[in-house]
Amino acid sequence: MIREILTAAALALVCAQGAQAENIRIATEGAYPPFNLVDSSGKLKGFDVDIAKALCAEMKAHCTIVAQAWDGIIPGLKAGKYDAIIASMSITPARKKAVDFTAPYYVAGAALVGPAKSDITFTPAGLKGKTIGVQRATTYAALLKEKFPGAKIKLYDTVDNQNLDLKAGRLDGVVAQQVVMYEWLKKDGGKAFAFKGKPFLDPKYIGDGAGIAVNKGNTKLRDQFDAALKTIMANGTYAKINASYFPFSIAPK
Amino acid sequence: MNISVMIGALPDLLGGVALTTELVALALLVGFVIALSTALARLSGVAVLRWLATAYVFTFRGTPLLVQIFLIYYGLSQFAFVRDSVAWVVLKQPFWCTLMALALNTGAYTAEVFRGGILSVPHNQIEAARAIGMSPVTAFRRIIWPLAIRQALPAYGNEMILMVKASSLASTVTLMDITGVAQTLAADTYMPIEIFTAAALVYLCLTYAMTQAIHFFERRLDVTRRRS
Amino acid sequence: MFDLYGFGHLLFEGTLVTIELSLAALVCGLVLGLAGAAMKLSGLWPLRLLAGIYTAVIRGVPELVVILFIYYGGVILLNKFAHSLGYVGYINVNAFTAGVTALSLTFGAYATEVFRGAIAAVPANQIEAARAIGMRPRTIFRRILLPQVWRFALPGLGNIFLIIIKETALVSVIGLDELMRKADLAVGYTKKPFTFFLFAACIYLSMTAVAMLFQRGLERRANRGVAGRPMA
Repeated sequence: MIREILTAAALALVCAQGAQAENIRIATEGAYPPFNLVDSSGKLKGFDVDIAKALCAEMKAHCTIVAQAWDGIIPGLKAGKYDAIIASMSITPARKKAVDFTAPYYVAGAALVGPAKSDITFTPAGLKGKTIGVQRATTYAALLKEKFPGAKIKLYDTVDNQNLDLKAGRLDGVVAQQVVMYEWLKKDGGKAFAFKGKPFLDPKYIGDGAGIAVNKGNTKLRDQFDAALKTIMANGTYAKINASYFPFSIAPK
Repeated sequence: MNISVMIGALPDLLGGVALTTELVALALLVGFVIALSTALARLSGVAVLRWLATAYVFTFRGTPLLVQIFLIYYGLSQFAFVRDSVAWVVLKQPFWCTLMALALNTGAYTAEVFRGGILSVPHNQIEAARAIGMSPVTAFRRIIWPLAIRQALPAYGNEMILMVKASSLASTVTLMDITGVAQTLAADTYMPIEIFTAAALVYLCLTYAMTQAIHFFERRLDVTRRRS
Repeated sequence: MFDLYGFGHLLFEGTLVTIELSLAALVCGLVLGLAGAAMKLSGLWPLRLLAGIYTAVIRGVPELVVILFIYYGGVILLNKFAHSLGYVGYINVNAFTAGVTALSLTFGAYATEVFRGAIAAVPANQIEAARAIGMRPRTIFRRILLPQVWRFALPGLGNIFLIIIKETALVSVIGLDELMRKADLAVGYTKKPFTFFLFAACIYLSMTAVAMLFQRGLERRANRGVAGRPMA
């Protein structure tokens, strides 16, 4: 037992020292296709992951990318489990109180998706009394709570599970990020589901686009990311990654 | 530790208590019926019944409750014929799916507890009951069951408390029980230590109250200690 | 029987993690359980109180809450503690460590009661007799107490281990890549929840079945030379 404790302590020391080297640990969710997901070989991939890799290459840093449940992704950063979050996290005033953000690396609005035949509309009156699925601890959950108080909100741990329930018919609609839902409709939703109404773009609720989060006060890392982001946007790397996923640009203006 | 955050979380958490209590009470009620029938089936002379009951107990005691909930909630909705059937009215609701999983789960465990209790009844008591002309049903109701439940009560009490704890898995299928509320609060406030400590305290109060209630019944059923 | 859409090896990896998790929790939990039982039977009331609080809390709080607390809160508490001791680095608690800790604490709390009962079940006059023939306390523990405690405790410990195997599934909630989470990932990809959760259920069922057979074998061994049914 004593030997085990010593081994554990030694391991903890090694891990701690590893963190002090120029090694950036980045967290993503891994359940938000096409932005971040795990493929059948167990590897993380997606738009966020490609951007993270491009930024690290630009910064000449050694990066490890880990998957982390969305619920705990900010507590994990604050607890020091990793140094940055690149996980399609919208830059919002509420989150800015907890973490620091880089400039946005993409923008997308909030969209309502429901059964194609339904006459549900993306208005406070249209959502009144409707059961709407949304991911827990997201801007979309906050948006629903504040702007559409009449809706019956069901909170999910992942967008995947939320969409499973939409398809199963347990929900009248879901509110989620526009591009994610665009991909889902293309791949999985088929003709049975469709966008309802116009996407919601008010930055007051959905923030200024997706940014990279670092711990409060870690300006050094934030500035490094910001500089690298500027470079990959200027040299065409960003556009190339964008084009490999979407036929339209999601770059911030 | 920020005490004011913990206190601020209490009203929301207590809101989750209602759902937790409702789930546990209904699951125990349905589970009791399932358990008693299963225990009798396992002790019956009909081989098919015995076999079915054994298979049910083995499966539900051998797999995680989380898997059972996910299979019923997400799994069954994979099939169009389930979604088109009448059963969908019930299966559509996360509450009923969770209740079903909890009841089937506790039913399997409790069946074993009841079976043990019934087996512990001395054989000569049953013979005596039959000898004075009691029908099997009367003998079960008036002799076997009272003795069996007294024997089984400590283990059954444990199972009841385990059910309170097991109900926390309702949070994984969108239900806002105590744990569901706590997870949402923790994600919103970024103060996991305070929120989960508060949730743990609420659960402790619940399980403590339940333990006391069970002790009360144990004393009441224990005729040797009853003052007359 | 199952079309796993190419996720077979992923589920296999997850199964291995689940097995590692269960075994690690078994080893640490046994140590905790023995320590807890020793504390509960000790003459010092602070030790008894501490062990009492430990078992009461773990037995009264859902495992899911314990796991969430350790994963999200444990890392903060641990680092505060380490820094107060003057340590400047950072200690990480990954999902595996958090899972093993939470499951070991659970196993330990239940095992405390089992061990306490088993120790109490050894007749006191045997220990007196051993002392009378001049055995030292260590020898008594090794040759009189331990073989019998082991025998009395085995059925109870086996049951706890079965519970722990099933509770490893809860660690998927904090993102440890064990069997349940791998199944969840496969579901996210293939949208076939029934297929993958049923497959996972079958694997858990085989694991508990194997553990039960193993337990039966151990019990038979421990009961060698004892007439009749095992007592505990």
